[in-house]
Amino acid sequence: MNNIAAVFKKQIKDTFKNKAILIQFVMFPVLTLIMNEAIQIEEMPKNYFVTMFAAMYIGMAPLTSMAAVIAEEKEKNTLRVLMMSNVRPHEYLLGIGSYIWFVCMLGAMVICLAGNYKLKESIIFMGIMAVGILASILIGAAIGIWSRTEMMATSITVPVMVVFSFLPMLSGFNHTIAKVAKFIYSEQVSRMLNQVNNLQIGLENICIIVGNMLIAAGLFIVAYKKVHCLQCV
Amino acid sequence: MGDMIITKNLSLKLAKHQILDNITFKVQRGEIFGMLGPSGAGKTTLIKILTGQMQQDSGYAELLGRDTKKLTALEHKQIGTMMESFGLYDRLSVYDNLCFYAEIYHVPRNSVDHILKRIHLYENRRTAVSKLSKGMKSRLSLARALMNHAKILFLDEPTSGLDPVTTREIHCILAEQREKGTTIFLTTHNMYEAEYLCDHVALLNKGSIVEYGVPMNICKKYDHLNKLRITLKNGEMTILENSAASALLVKEYLEENRIEAIHSTEPTLENVFIKLTGKELGGYE
Repeated sequence: MNNIAAVFKKQIKDTFKNKAILIQFVMFPVLTLIMNEAIQIEEMPKNYFVTMFAAMYIGMAPLTSMAAVIAEEKEKNTLRVLMMSNVRPHEYLLGIGSYIWFVCMLGAMVICLAGNYKLKESIIFMGIMAVGILASILIGAAIGIWSRTEMMATSITVPVMVVFSFLPMLSGFNHTIAKVAKFIYSEQVSRMLNQVNNLQIGLENICIIVGNMLIAAGLFIVAYKKVHCLQCV
Repeated sequence: MGDMIITKNLSLKLAKHQILDNITFKVQRGEIFGMLGPSGAGKTTLIKILTGQMQQDSGYAELLGRDTKKLTALEHKQIGTMMESFGLYDRLSVYDNLCFYAEIYHVPRNSVDHILKRIHLYENRRTAVSKLSKGMKSRLSLARALMNHAKILFLDEPTSGLDPVTTREIHCILAEQREKGTTIFLTTHNMYEAEYLCDHVALLNKGSIVEYGVPMNICKKYDHLNKLRITLKNGEMTILENSAASALLVKEYLEENRIEAIHSTEPTLENVFIKLTGKELGGYE
């Protein structure tokens, strides 16, 4: 527990000096505040920008930051030193993961405030965001562990991030895309975010989100085992 | 004296390349052991196996009395490491880097100040690591390795590419650690460093130990000439047998104050290495 807290605190200090990561956390909450205030169209659904940016935030910020942080630590050998300093792999991942989850939840809170939800709706909104962010963190961890360098992580993250962030938005314009997108957790989360005032979670929603998380966890385990072999080279 | 490290017939093959081949040696408590070899000889891989980051294909390795495949937190707490690439957090300050590890090692924060003063980085404690010179990073990396008062230090090329002043400073700190009873396992391709610091050395080439022992004994072993080379003040050079027969002549030279320098003809560790492998320790064939 002490090591998890130490990694968490280290990451706080590091993020304040890492503009590339910091912007990931801040960009969408700020965009939501601005767009929600600046653009008011009569026929636009209520909180259109809030739910759209919230879904994008889930698909982008936790995924890219988790992958970038882990890949950078691998590239600069800080992870290797940590592993030799009595920090267990699960402690490191929990430290980084919990930090990213916490910061993304702060961002989610800002987005939620922009939506002017009632208390019950806000709790539901934050609950949905919590699950979505967690799923993205798992995928980001798998990419980060797989990548040898930060550059490699970026080149894998960008297409993955585009799929998870933009499909929920694109599915609103195209039925074929919607049919495919429904199997992606970010689309499920987006649909739930659009009905926080009357949330009805079906077995299908849960199965798809849990299924996505299990696939991400599986990919992480495969990557972790593969990396253990790659470290020998 | 107990053995801190034991390896027996340690071998590792990766992608058809024999990285380590039948490595056998022991490191005793309180000694500085040097693993010499050119880049790519397998030195870093050996450290990875000894610290439990990698596993060998065959053979046995033991660290602090435990199989390196089964190292626990107890052993890790007693290890200090300094990697060639330093492994420091560039954006964090010198002080924050050490504070992070102080927390991990359960070391009181006030010891961070003490160690920063010891390595002459106290004045730079607020500086981001990215702004430090290579020598400063090297000292900081060593400070981190010393933080937990480790029983054994693994130092991977600790003075590679450093200026003579920083190198000397690091040598002093290592000698200090040996006085305190810390065991040091260092890899280097600097033969001077090995001769000066190490109690025992192993010469590693293409994954195999080609020679092992006390540096001076190794040099003597390959001193096939066993002669004395005398340089006279007039520039003349004389090679004499290293025996009683030469004593009179040397005495005569000394009485006449004609001697500029006397050298024995034993080779340096580097010469031994070149003789055994046909390549230089610098890593270039």
